[in-house]
Amino acid sequence: MTTRAPTRPATRLDEHVVDIVSDSGEGAQTCGQSFAAIAARMGNGIWTVEIIPAEIQPPARSIAGASGNRTRLATHPIRTGGDAADLVVAFNEQVLLGRLRAGELAPGSVVLLESCWADDPDPAVVASYAAVTDELRRDGYDLREVPMEQECLRIVEDPRRGKNMFALGLLCRVYGLDLDLARAQVRSVFGKKDAALVAPNVQLLEAGWDWADEHLDLRYEVPATPPTEPRIVVNGNTALALGVMASGMEVCAMYPITPATSASHYLSEAFERVGGIVHQAEDEIAAVNFAIGASYAGTCAVTITSGPGYSLKQEAIGLAVMGEIPLVVINVQRGGPSTGQPTKAEQGDLLTAVFGSHGDAPKIVMAASDIEDCFHSVITARRIAETFHTVVVLLSDASLATAQQPFPRPVFRPEWLAAPADQSPVPEGAHPYDWDERTGLARRFVPGQPGGMHCLTGLAHDHGSRVAYDPMVNEDAIRHRSRKLAAFQQTLAPVRVSGDDDGDLLVIGWGSTRGAIEEAVERLREDGHRVGRLHLRFLQPLAPGIGEAMARFDRVVCVENNWSDRLEDPLVDVDNRRFGNLAWLLRARYLVDVDSWGQVRGRPLTPGEIESALRARLARPVPEEVRA
Amino acid sequence: MTTTLRERLRQPAEDHPLEFYQCAVSRWCTGCGDNAIMSAVQRLCRDEHLPPEKTVFVSGIGCSSRFPHYMNGYGFHGLHGRALPVAEGIKLRRPDLHVFVTTGDGDCTSIGAGHWLHAFRYNPDLTVIMHDNGIYGLTKSQASPTSRIGIRTNTTPRGAYLEPLDPLSVALGATNASFVAQVVDWLPQVLSQVLTAAFHHRGLAFIRVLQRCPEYLDGLFDPWINDPSRIRLLTHADAVDPDPALARAFPNREAHDPSDLGRARRIAADHDLLPVGVLYRNPAIPTYEDLRPVVHLSPDEMEQRIEAELDRFTIWPDDGGVEGGG
Repeated sequence: MTTRAPTRPATRLDEHVVDIVSDSGEGAQTCGQSFAAIAARMGNGIWTVEIIPAEIQPPARSIAGASGNRTRLATHPIRTGGDAADLVVAFNEQVLLGRLRAGELAPGSVVLLESCWADDPDPAVVASYAAVTDELRRDGYDLREVPMEQECLRIVEDPRRGKNMFALGLLCRVYGLDLDLARAQVRSVFGKKDAALVAPNVQLLEAGWDWADEHLDLRYEVPATPPTEPRIVVNGNTALALGVMASGMEVCAMYPITPATSASHYLSEAFERVGGIVHQAEDEIAAVNFAIGASYAGTCAVTITSGPGYSLKQEAIGLAVMGEIPLVVINVQRGGPSTGQPTKAEQGDLLTAVFGSHGDAPKIVMAASDIEDCFHSVITARRIAETFHTVVVLLSDASLATAQQPFPRPVFRPEWLAAPADQSPVPEGAHPYDWDERTGLARRFVPGQPGGMHCLTGLAHDHGSRVAYDPMVNEDAIRHRSRKLAAFQQTLAPVRVSGDDDGDLLVIGWGSTRGAIEEAVERLREDGHRVGRLHLRFLQPLAPGIGEAMARFDRVVCVENNWSDRLEDPLVDVDNRRFGNLAWLLRARYLVDVDSWGQVRGRPLTPGEIESALRARLARPVPEEVRA
Repeated sequence: MTTTLRERLRQPAEDHPLEFYQCAVSRWCTGCGDNAIMSAVQRLCRDEHLPPEKTVFVSGIGCSSRFPHYMNGYGFHGLHGRALPVAEGIKLRRPDLHVFVTTGDGDCTSIGAGHWLHAFRYNPDLTVIMHDNGIYGLTKSQASPTSRIGIRTNTTPRGAYLEPLDPLSVALGATNASFVAQVVDWLPQVLSQVLTAAFHHRGLAFIRVLQRCPEYLDGLFDPWINDPSRIRLLTHADAVDPDPALARAFPNREAHDPSDLGRARRIAADHDLLPVGVLYRNPAIPTYEDLRPVVHLSPDEMEQRIEAELDRFTIWPDDGGVEGGG
C-alpha cells in the first residue's frame, strides 16, 4: 500500500487532546494507548489518561459506561492531560454524550462518530442517535460520521473486535503519524496475544488509514522532535513497581485494592527475576505486618495500597514507627472517604498520612508528582527508611497510576540498592536504641547478629527495648523518635520557587497536580501576572524555605485535588472553614493565611480549571495578614 | 525423620544451662501456666542447642504475648492478633532463623482469627504455641472465644452465652494444616515431647496449650487434673511417648498415627475426652519459604536484571521495532 499525499496541508499545532471512547470491551483503551505509544516513538510529548467506567461490565451504549483513553500529544514534554478534548472518536453516541455532559469536549471540537446507529433496527437507537447528532451540530461541534462497522465488516466478522484498530488507522492518518511505526505497534500488541490476530488487525489499521485518506479532510501536525536519548514509557503504577525492584527491596506484601493493584500485577510477574517476591496477604493488616516482619529481619520491605487499605494499616504503621523498623508504604490514593470512588483520582489522604496512627507517630511523607518521579521516589523512600529507621509513606494517586508519560531512561546506579542486612556481632554494651543525642538515630539490630538479642516491642520502651515503667523513659523515647524527623529535615535542600520569585500569587501544590498547575501558572504569567509556583516533594517534614517563599508574595493558595470549603457558601466563614490537606498543614506551620482551592470530581485537575480559580483569587483584594 | 524423638531427647551435654535462655524474670502471676510453657521452651532451646541470636520469638498482645520479653533471643512483641503475619514475613525473608510464635486464645482465635486460618495455608516453618486459658487476662477478665458456656467474666456477668470455639477442629479443617497438637501445662514431660516434635516438623506446627489462669479462672481445669481418665493421651513412637510411670496414670491412652487426618478430626470432635498429644502431622506439605524463596543477588546481577527490566519499556532513538512501550 502506498501513502497518498494529504489532500490539503496539515494544520500545525503545539498540542492536541484526543479522546477515544467506546463501550467497555471494544478496545478503545488499546487504541488510545497505541496511538500515544506511536506518537511517543516519533518524539511527541504525551500524557495519557484512562477513561474508566466504575463497573467491570457496564451496560452497552450507556452514558456511564464510557471506557477509553485520553491522549494529549504535544511538541514538548508534558505532565498533564490538559483541558478538554479537541478531537473525540466515539463508537456510539451514548458514550459520547457521557463525555459531553461531563464537560470533557472543547467547544467546537471534532467528533468522529460511528454512524451505524443511524440504521439500527431499533427505532429507539435511531432516535437517540439523531438527537445527539442534532445537538452536536446545533452546538457547533465539527461532527464527522464514520461508517466504522461497515468498513470493518469487509475485513472481520465481529466489528466489536476490530473497530479499535480501524480507529487507530484513522487517527494516524489525521495526525500524520508514521504508518510503519503504527504497523509495528499493532504487531507488538497482538503478537503477544496470538500471532494469528496480527494480520487482520494490521489490515484494519490500514483500512482506517485509507478511509481517512479518502474521506476526511482533517490533517493535523503536532511537530515532534525525534528522540536522541532512550526513554521509558510506562504508567505510574508500573513506574512504582520498577522503582521497587531498582531500590533493592526484596519483599512487597499487598492485598488487592484499586487503584494500587496494577503495580503489583507487573511486580508479581517481574520481581522474582531480581530475587524478590510479592506476597499477596489475606488482608491489608496482614500485608503490612508481613512487610514489617520481613523488614525487621532483613532489608526494608514495602507494602502498596490505596485509601481504605491505608486506613487499615494505621496501627501497624505506628508499630513500625515505635520499633524503628524501616518500612515503605505506598498509597495510590483514590476518592474517599469509605469506599468512595475506587477508580477515580483524588488527593485526600495527605493528612491521614501525616497524622495517622494513634499517639505521636512521626513518619516521613513524600509524594510523586509525575511518572518519572514515581520511579525515583520509591528508591529515595527506601534509602530514607533505612537511614532513619522509620516509615516512609509515598503518596501517588489514581491519575498517576494509569497515566503514561515518556521519561529519560534511568541509568542504573549501585547506590540505589539496599546493603545486605548486617549480621556482624553487636559490640559489647551496645543497646538496640542507643539514640544519638544529635540525630535521634540508633544502630539497628537485626536477628542473627550475635549479641544483639532484645525484644522489640510496641510498648513504650527504653534504649534497651525494655518496657518503660518510668514516665521519663517514655518521654525520652518519644523525643528521640521525633528528633529523627528534625535531623532528616536538616538534610533537605531549600525549596525553589518556579515562575516568578515574588509578586502577586504563590501557588503551592503536591503530587499529581504538578503538570496542571505548571500550565495554569504559565498562562497567568503570559498575561502579566507575577505568579510563582512551589511543588512540594516532602510533606513531612517540610523542606526549608517555604515560609520565606510565602513571604515574598501577596497571596498564597494551595491547589489540591481534594475538598476545601468554599467561602461562597453562606454557612462557611473563617471560624469554620475546612481547608484542603496541604493548606491545613501550611497554615498550621507558618501562621500564614494560606487560601485553598480544590475539586473532588474524581479526575485530574485541568490547567483551565486551575487557571480560572487562580484568576478569581488574583481579582480579590490582597489579604492583610499576608501583606503584613 | 532419621532419628527418633527418643534418641533426640537423650541428647548429651548441655551447651548452656536453662537460665541462659532466660533474660528477665517473668511478671506472670504465681501459678500461671505461662511459666510452665516458658520452661518447656527453654528446655527445648537447651536440648536443641539453639544459638539465641538465631531464634526469634514473635508475639501479639495478651498475657502470653509477654513471652518474648523473658527469653534470651530476638523477640518481636507486636500488635494484638498480628503475630502470625509478622512471623511469616520474618521466616520468608530469613529461613535460617528459628521462628516461634506465642499467642493467646484471644490473640489467635478472635482478633487474629483470619491470620490464623491463612497461616495454615501458607505453612511457613514456624512453631506456634497458642496459650489457651479461656479468658482475657491482661485486660482483666473478659470472655474469649474459647470461654466455656456459662463462665462468668466482666463481659459475661450472667455467664458466657455461646458455645466455645473449638481450635482443634478449626485447625484440622484448615487447608494445608500440617501439624496440630494439644497439650496441657500441668504435664511438663508431654509438653516437652510435643514441643520437640513441633520444632522438628517442617511447616507450621500449631500447638494449643491448655493453660491455667489462677487469677481469673482458678480451678478451670481441675476436673482433668484430678481425673486423668478424662484425658485421651495420644501416643506415638515419634511424638508423645511418655515413660511407663506417667503413661499408667492415663487409662485412656490411644496409640494414634498422626498421619490419620480422619481419626484426628474425630478425636478433636469428641468433647467427652480431652485429647493430649499430636493429633495430626503431614510433613509433605511444602513450606511457604520453599515455594517463595527470596534470593539475594549480587549488585552486578541486580544491575543486569534491572537494566533488562528497563529495556522492556524503553524506546530507543531510531527504533523502528516496537517491542516495549505498550
